[in-house]
This record gives sequence, C-alpha cells and structure tokens, in this order.
Amino acid sequence: MTKFETTTAVDFVVIGAGAAGGVVAKELSTAGFQVVVLEQGPYLRAEDFDHDELKRKWLFAPPYIGQDVLTNDHALQPNTFRKTEKEKAKIFPSVQYGRCVGGGSVHFTANFWRFHEIDFMERSRWGAVEGAGLADWPITYADLEPYYTKAEWDLGVSGLAGASPFDPPRSKPYPLPPLPVKSSGVLLDRAAQKLGLHSFPAPLAILSQPYRGRAACHHCGFCIFFGCEWGAKSSALASVIPMAEDTGRCEIRSGSYVSRISTDKRGRVDGVAYFDLQRNEQFQKAKAVVLCANGAESPRLLLLSKSNLFPDGLANSNGLVGKYLMFDTDSGATGIFEHPLNEYKSVVVSRVIHDFYDADPKRGYYGGGGIDARLGSYPIEFALFALSPDTPKWGTGFKKALRDDYNRTLMVFTHLTSLPVEANSITLDPEVKDAWGLPAMRVTYKNHPDDLKNMAFFTEKALELLEAAGAQKKWPVPPHESEVSVHLMGTCRMGNDPKTSVTNKYHRAHDVPNLFIVDGSSFVTSGRNQPTCTIQALAYRAADNIARMAKSGEIPSST
Amino acid sequence: MDEPHSSRREFLVRSLSGVSSAWLALQWPAVLAAHEHARMAASSSSPAAFQFLSAEQAIEVDAAAAQIIPADDTPGAHEAHVVYFVDRALVTFDRDKQPNYTQGLKDLQAKVVEMFPQAGKFSALEAAQQVKVLQAIEHSEFFELLRLHTIMGFLASPEYGGNYQQIGWNLIGFENKPVYSPPFGYYDAEYDKGH
Repeated sequence: MTKFETTTAVDFVVIGAGAAGGVVAKELSTAGFQVVVLEQGPYLRAEDFDHDELKRKWLFAPPYIGQDVLTNDHALQPNTFRKTEKEKAKIFPSVQYGRCVGGGSVHFTANFWRFHEIDFMERSRWGAVEGAGLADWPITYADLEPYYTKAEWDLGVSGLAGASPFDPPRSKPYPLPPLPVKSSGVLLDRAAQKLGLHSFPAPLAILSQPYRGRAACHHCGFCIFFGCEWGAKSSALASVIPMAEDTGRCEIRSGSYVSRISTDKRGRVDGVAYFDLQRNEQFQKAKAVVLCANGAESPRLLLLSKSNLFPDGLANSNGLVGKYLMFDTDSGATGIFEHPLNEYKSVVVSRVIHDFYDADPKRGYYGGGGIDARLGSYPIEFALFALSPDTPKWGTGFKKALRDDYNRTLMVFTHLTSLPVEANSITLDPEVKDAWGLPAMRVTYKNHPDDLKNMAFFTEKALELLEAAGAQKKWPVPPHESEVSVHLMGTCRMGNDPKTSVTNKYHRAHDVPNLFIVDGSSFVTSGRNQPTCTIQALAYRAADNIARMAKSGEIPSST
Repeated sequence: MDEPHSSRREFLVRSLSGVSSAWLALQWPAVLAAHEHARMAASSSSPAAFQFLSAEQAIEVDAAAAQIIPADDTPGAHEAHVVYFVDRALVTFDRDKQPNYTQGLKDLQAKVVEMFPQAGKFSALEAAQQVKVLQAIEHSEFFELLRLHTIMGFLASPEYGGNYQQIGWNLIGFENKPVYSPPFGYYDAEYDKGH
C-alpha cells in the first residue's frame, strides 16, 4: 500500500473519496501523479455490507431512526436548517451524504441518467425565471459526451442505447445490456403504451453481467442505502478506487476529517489540515488540491478556510460560495395491484420515462422531470410509512395490510428540477459546532414556487400512470417543500464569468490557480435530480484537463 | 451486538472469502442450503434473559405489542418475540428510551386502573378491554414508541432478538435471500411467457 509523507508536497490532495473524488484520484494517479485522497469516513469493503435495515438511517420522515453507518453522522456533525434567511436555524438532519470510501456511490440507487442537451442551456432556451438564478452551463452536452462514455465504460453501466427517443446522442452504446425487467417495469411499460408515452430500460450503474473481474448483480434487492456485497454496484469503491490504488501512486487516507485548505501569502494552496481518527491535527502538504467533498461539504470547507487574503472564505471573493443550493425535489403516487410484484427483489428500478423531461411553456411554469417505478421501502420502513393513508395504525386491520400489500405495492416516483435560488445556501452556523469544534453546516432552503407546481404536475402524471397500469387503489404523495436532501448541487457553480461563478469551465477556482472543485457543487442547474452520472462525467473531464495543465506547467504551486 | 450465534453476514463472509464468483455460481445452491441451516440454528436458540425490563414489565409490553400486531390465523408480535427485541433495544441503540418505558408502563397501569378498576394489570384484561385501553392512549408518545418498537421487532433481522423464526418476514412475504433469479413477480413472469 502506497504511503506518502505529510511533510512532502504531493502532486495532488483530493478531498473526498466519493463519486467525483474516486474518479479524479484514479485519473490523476493513472496519468503519473502522486495523489493523497482524504476521506472522513471509514474504508469499508464489500464484506462489511449487509442487509440490516436498522443500520440504515431514515431521514425522510420522523422518527429518523436507524444508524448512520454509510452516511454522515448527525450526532457528530449536526446540521441546522431554516427556510429563509430571516429565521433562526434549528438543529435538523437536513443533508445526507455518503461518508465512507466510495461516498454516496456506495449506497445510491444507481440510476445513471445522462443529462440531456437541454440541461446545459436552459437559460438561453427558456429565458429568465423570476426569483431564480437560472443560467447556462459554460460547457455543452457535446463537450461532456466523451466523458459520459468514458464513465459508463470505466465504471460499468448497464442500459440500452437508443431505447429512449429522448436520449441525447451518444458515441458508444452501453458496455452492458440492461438488468432484467421487474414487475414494476412491466407495469410501467403497460401504462406508457396506453398513454402514448415511451418507457425504456433504466440505465443503471450495476453490472448485468460480469465485467472486468467483477461479479454481476445477484438481485438481492438491497441497493438503495446499502453497499453491494457482490461488488456489482459500480460504486467508486468497487470500480475506480482499486484502479487508483493499483497505480502505486495513490494513497486513500480514510478517517481524515478535513478542517481547512491552507494557502500561502501569494494565495496559492499549499496543503490541507485535517483531523486523524484520534482527532489529532495533521497537515498534508500539496502542490494542488482537488475538492470533491460534495455539494454541501465543499462549500462549507471553503467557508471554513478563511485567511487574511480570503477573509470571506477561500475562492469566495464574489460571495457566491454556498449559494444556489439545489435540493432533492420529487413527488409521486403509490398504488396497489392485484398480483404479487415482489419488488423487494433485484435492482430498484427497471424502466424509466422521459417524456416530460423538458420544461414545457404550456404547463405555465418552468420545470421537468423523469419517472420511474419502485417499491421504495424496506420492510420496517414500509410498515411505518408506505401503507395507504386509510390503513389502521395498529391491530388486525394494520396486520392485514402488512400481509396483503407489501408485495403488491408500487410507487411511481418522479425526479424533478430544483431551480437555483440565490438565497438557498450552505453557510456556517454562528453558534452550533460539530464534534471537532468546527462551525456546523447551516442549510437554508425553500423551494421556488415553480418547483412546487412541477411536483403537483408530476403527482398527477404518477396517478395517471398507476391508473393506466391497472392499480386497484392509488393515492398521491402530496406536494411538499423539500427540507431533506441526498442530492446536493449548485453551491460552487461553474461559469465563464468570475463575477457570477466560483470556478471556470475546467473546475479551477477563479480566485486560486491551484484549487479545483468538482462534485455536485459544480452544477449550474439540477438536471432532473439524478446527478451522479453527470458528477462522474464532470470528474473525468476535470481530471483530463487538470492532468493536461499539470503536465504543461499551467498549475502554479506554492513552492 | 455480541451474539451467541453467527450472523448472516458473518456466515456470508466466511463462505465468500477467497472464493471466485465462478465457483460461487456453481456452488450456490449448496451455499444457500448451508446458509439456511445456519439461519435456522440462529433463530431457534432460546431467548436470553431480560436485561432492562423486569419480568412484570415484560409481560405488560408483550401484551400491548400483541394488540398492535395481533395473532389471528397467523402469528403476531407475541409469537415473534417482539418483547425480546424491545428489551435488547433498550440496552443498546435505544438506551436513552429507558425512562420512556419506565414512565409509559406506569401510565398504562394508571389508565388500566382508571378504566377497569377490577383488573389491575393490562395483561390481565380481556382482549377487547386491552384494545379499549390502547385506543385511549394511542396518541401518546409512549404508544408511538411502543408501536415503533413493535414494528421494528416484528420486521428487523432476527439477530436483534425479535422476528423469531422470521415470523414477520413470512407474514409480509419477504424472503431474505442473498440471491434471486428472474422472473421476480407475477407481471414479469407473465411478460416472459408472452416473449
């Protein structure tokens, strides 16, 4: 195992070993550079993963039970939350992200949708949205396409190219065929056909066949919020992290909680301060830093990295670090069918609908989304949250519903746009501290009114699909303001203008020549709330350019 | 948690260490059979002594849980050993809920005396009377906690002391296997036939 001295400047420190950091570490170490990856969470292996529902933290409804085994620990790392800047933020578990080597890609559903061409230019096409900072990306789909392809082939993605008439152009098919269709997929197909819509096999970062020495999916059914014990989910842990370590030039230093990115008197990054597992302060010297800590922790860390040269936080001369936070925005409806679906088996989703992906002026607001169908809960969670609203809470009727409905229930789930609003933000809480004595993350978030209109539109679509699929009974998830999110986007947006963005189109901080930021924070718009594929494509593109710049001496270091 | 028996995960890890997936594919039925054997051995071990609840308290918790998920033509919370799950939760991950139980059971007792002065204890009431008492407290925090723990104890892994012999999982139709093959459900099986 490669080990680097903290006192010798390595070529790159990557902060965060998740979806983005794993890719950047693999690409830069493969290109010949020395890389230290600092990850706050543990280095778990496939054999550490299990099917224990009580080890999973439920954040989406009280009583927030379970344990933070794969995710950030709110007992140690409290968030505070408020809807608007006028309110005093209260301690509330608002943000959930992967906290282990592999990050959120370890426990994600593995929905792996590319963005469409429209996602990168919605401001030009749609125009301004009042109360929102809708903007074009500084890159186009065509710029990113080679890296989407690279991600799909490097990580291992299953899907069927051309199956969706709304698919953006692609240079190569998927490396693996789709996973087998489930009952949810057959029902979504049936409904789509009736309604004149176009369902297609879900692109998933899960192996449908053995690939590059890794086992195929065994259909155990524990994807979302669980690590894959077969290594079939194409997490950074299962795919790129081993490749990075195999170069002999990459050290994954888990249990390293970063407290500050350090800069010299010329304003260049010279290293990273972090707490080791014993909570002793360490300092890793670095020639350059790539920040991949996720859309909530990356801006927090920049704000924590204040200095005389950067009094408002690093890379924040325009005050935009932490702003334009975009959050999980979703809606749906649930139905009960006549026959057993057994949705607890296999991957979460097998069919997707993108007919309503684009915003449509006829709807009278900005917003779009994608649709899938899934059970959406494990047994305990099902009994607590997923039964139809008229079910008794206990007693004979409750038990009957548990018995009859667990295997016949299906949720049509919709993944929606979240408009970038400047007031929605990650800031430092002025009072609450984390277990390391650092200011806690303060989340300010209130949905733009168009997000709520979009939820209502998609709830209706979900009900129509359930009806067309033949549900015996159905009920909506009422549109609700987002307070909790696992998809964290937009807080260090990329752009060409240093006045209106935090990084340039190569992810270099406008203010700091040897600091790069690449993760969900780089997003300018939210896509349709399925960000991981694009986070990883951006990471491949960023790493490609960073390696090129480093080789040609375009990244000045402190020393 | 210190378990007298091997957990499913430990079993899997032992089965899989140093093993290729090709070997596994061939040997899978045998591995599954052994896994099933280990699992059954685990869930037939006799329950441990209570660590937090007194015997008297355990009888009351058991009786209340048995009304939240009652036995009818299939077993319920009592048969699933939910009370053992509750006791274990109260000395492990839900240690801080101990006072809620101490006070909640006192309040339950008081409600019983108020509604049925002759009976004295919740567990001594007729089933219909127990339902009436629980209806009277069903909006209390203690009832919510008891309901939560009953559901968890009914449907969590048997390693936590409840869901005895997978009674909860059997009821809802969850199989808890590490491997399945398509078709998975009625509609995809039907679809396969048509293609």
